[in-house]
Amino acid sequence: MTATLEVTTAPVRSRTTRDRFTGTGTLIRLNLRRERTPLSAWVLSVGVVAASTFSTIAALYPDPAERTVLAASIATNPAFMAITGPVSSTSIGAVSAWRVGAVGTSLVGLMAIFTVIRRTRADEETGRTELLASAVVGRAAPLVAAVTVAIGASLAIGLLVTLAGIGSGESAVGSAAFGVAMAGCGLVFAGVAAIAAQLAESSRTAVGIACAVLAGTYGLRAIGDVKPALSWLTWLSPQGWANHVGSFGDNNFAVSALFVLATAVALGVAAWLLDRRDLGLAMFPARLGPASNSRLHSPAALAARLQRGSLIGWLVGMAALGAVTGGVASTSSDLLTGNPQLEELMAKIGGAGAITDMLLSAMGVLAGLIVGGYAISTALRMSTEETADRVGPVLATAVSRPRWMSGHLVFVIVGPVLLLAVAGLVGGLINSLQVGDLSSGFGGAMGAMLVQVPATLVLGGLAVALFGWLPRFTSVAWVALLIALLLGQLGQLLQLPPWLMDLSPYTHIPTVPTADMRWTPVIVLTLIAAGLIAVGIAGFRRRDVS
Amino acid sequence: MSTTIEVTGVVKKFGPVTALNNLDLSVQTGEVHGFLGPNGSGKSTTIRILLGQLHADAGTATVLGGDAWRDAVQLHRRLAYVPGEVNLWPNLSGGEVIDLLARLRGGIDTRRRDELIERFDLDLRKKGRAYSKGNRQKVAIVAALASDVELLILDEPTIGLDPLMEAVFQECINAEKDRGRTVLLSSHILSEVEALCDRVSIIRSGAVVETGTLTELRHLTRTAITAEVETVPADLHTATGVHDLVVEGSRVRFDVDSADLDRAMRVLVAGGVRGLTATPPTLEELFLRHYGERVGADATASAAPTDGVNRHQQAAVR
Repeated sequence: MTATLEVTTAPVRSRTTRDRFTGTGTLIRLNLRRERTPLSAWVLSVGVVAASTFSTIAALYPDPAERTVLAASIATNPAFMAITGPVSSTSIGAVSAWRVGAVGTSLVGLMAIFTVIRRTRADEETGRTELLASAVVGRAAPLVAAVTVAIGASLAIGLLVTLAGIGSGESAVGSAAFGVAMAGCGLVFAGVAAIAAQLAESSRTAVGIACAVLAGTYGLRAIGDVKPALSWLTWLSPQGWANHVGSFGDNNFAVSALFVLATAVALGVAAWLLDRRDLGLAMFPARLGPASNSRLHSPAALAARLQRGSLIGWLVGMAALGAVTGGVASTSSDLLTGNPQLEELMAKIGGAGAITDMLLSAMGVLAGLIVGGYAISTALRMSTEETADRVGPVLATAVSRPRWMSGHLVFVIVGPVLLLAVAGLVGGLINSLQVGDLSSGFGGAMGAMLVQVPATLVLGGLAVALFGWLPRFTSVAWVALLIALLLGQLGQLLQLPPWLMDLSPYTHIPTVPTADMRWTPVIVLTLIAAGLIAVGIAGFRRRDVS
Repeated sequence: MSTTIEVTGVVKKFGPVTALNNLDLSVQTGEVHGFLGPNGSGKSTTIRILLGQLHADAGTATVLGGDAWRDAVQLHRRLAYVPGEVNLWPNLSGGEVIDLLARLRGGIDTRRRDELIERFDLDLRKKGRAYSKGNRQKVAIVAALASDVELLILDEPTIGLDPLMEAVFQECINAEKDRGRTVLLSSHILSEVEALCDRVSIIRSGAVVETGTLTELRHLTRTAITAEVETVPADLHTATGVHDLVVEGSRVRFDVDSADLDRAMRVLVAGGVRGLTATPPTLEELFLRHYGERVGADATASAAPTDGVNRHQQAAVR
């Protein structure tokens, strides 16, 4: 009896390092099969945006003198410095890389985060990994396979961006440096996501942790770029490193070592954590809950229980965004140059007017896009509940479908208002403290944030309508947000036709405080959002529940 | 006797697939009604139509006197449901889920809940993701049984329960029956159906093919007879309703159609009976007879190689 036991345990003890990775190749192929649609969409859309930016900048600013003015204005304008970072030189390539890199590095990071979490923690949560792990698959194989696919996609984006630069007639070295900067961010955030996947038990929380890191490093770079005394902060941020590569300027390839080093360290930490936890569980043991709860008595209470955690996390994040906005806005007040060429370009970013207002408007637009993401993910929580078969038992009680929806809809509607109000409140307070005038400093920030509410509601409403009528295509809401982001960031610069720009709800939002408040578009957007939500409720009432 | 569930001519299609094809189902008030059928035969689809979660393409589904789709919310105050696959919210404890579902239904009998929790030996403080399959099932069963309702709709409720808990479940259902509640029990476990159900409906390929009390259903099948006789009556070979006759010396074995039992016995008695065993058909045989027919139908439709496999299955069935 004892002898048999020893024989059977022996191979487990002598498990080699290689065993840990057994089956990785097969899992990589499986991941590629399952991720082929989202990954092709990510890689191609970033590639196309980069290619079209190179050609548009060449057409818009053919004169080197114009670009010199532009570069100088970027360096002295905190609004630009905060949102996009510095430009490395006056070449067409440098200006293009500056414009694409601002959003592009974060987008590549998001792609890496979503891919890694989907193929690690989300698969673990659903029990798919358990099934795979019972086959001849090493313990580290699922993580390695997920990270490999995310890194491969990041490198593909880097390659495509490089080819776009060379194809547009820019310097090959500069194009390669730009490709390295873009891909490098993907690598680092694949590593960050790998750690987050070990820490959190739910994929939702894991994505939240990784995205918070991404937002945090974006903030560090923004502060470092605006406040020269704190410029060292940019060295703590992958997005900052992307700027330090200085594509089409210094072409400092040595900085890319930071990407590789950070990725290696992150993956090492993730692997170390992986060895110290059980499959399906997180680092920390789950706590016990109450044996009884009389407050959990309605669909609204249930929805609140399911949504409150993410709302709290988002509130903290938006307060931080508000703090950065307020801190950066106050330092920009005395930098107004009055240069007409500068103002023309600024008009393309956020509207004419004082630089502080411009920065507040620009940060408002950014906050609006981010909160649009909250509205969609909150609405699609209903979809998650349905696909997890948790709606059926609730609807089998005396709860009507609209009543079940209403609990979640409260968060879809009130959540964005709260989030933008918190960003405006914190931003306004910090700004007025630094300016020393509560009346003038507060309203601008609050207005810039709150004016975005209707656009975020339209996106949330779209997600609700999709849930009601086309439950299998709810991810279209995310595509809509991505299109709105690209139109908003690049549309005016690329001189896209107005009808195309008008597709984004954000196009119609007045750029308060730079421009005057216009109530008509705000009211119309709110009505559209209300209509979409009503359509969604009507759809869910009449369709089959799966 | 009034009916609690009345389904007539219900059709449900999912794209090209017809899940329910003219399904009729009738459940009397106060009875425990067994709902039997192989995987994918449409049991859960029927139940979800009864719960107003799916909209029937044709036909009517009446529950407790109301329309299953239109009056869903009002009806759900008077019924409780246990799904076959219980998925709990990962961050809610079992106790919270029981309270929530019962309160959403309109109220909870806390004394009864506590009693059930004790009987099912359930740890209430664990969070959803920490429960095993059987324990998740127990959470849903307790939530349903603790509600003061007229109708219980149970979709394979005991899958994942250990034999001890299965016994507790059967006691509870019998108690519900004594209290006058109506139960629709979809199940694979035939001994459970045999122990609990007054009437049974067998569903196959989206239609109910057999319905009635167990006695009535048994009447449709054959009784197995084994007898020791002085002389084997020659008439036995030609007697109507006698099948698969085997004679081994003075020992005879045969199956006889229930309708012809009396006549066959008279023939047998003529030979001088010294010993006799009669085995009534089990529910399993009833079920397998219908299942076997489907296998046979598939075999005629398909090519020769699979035919061999199916015959093998049929042999195993008998």
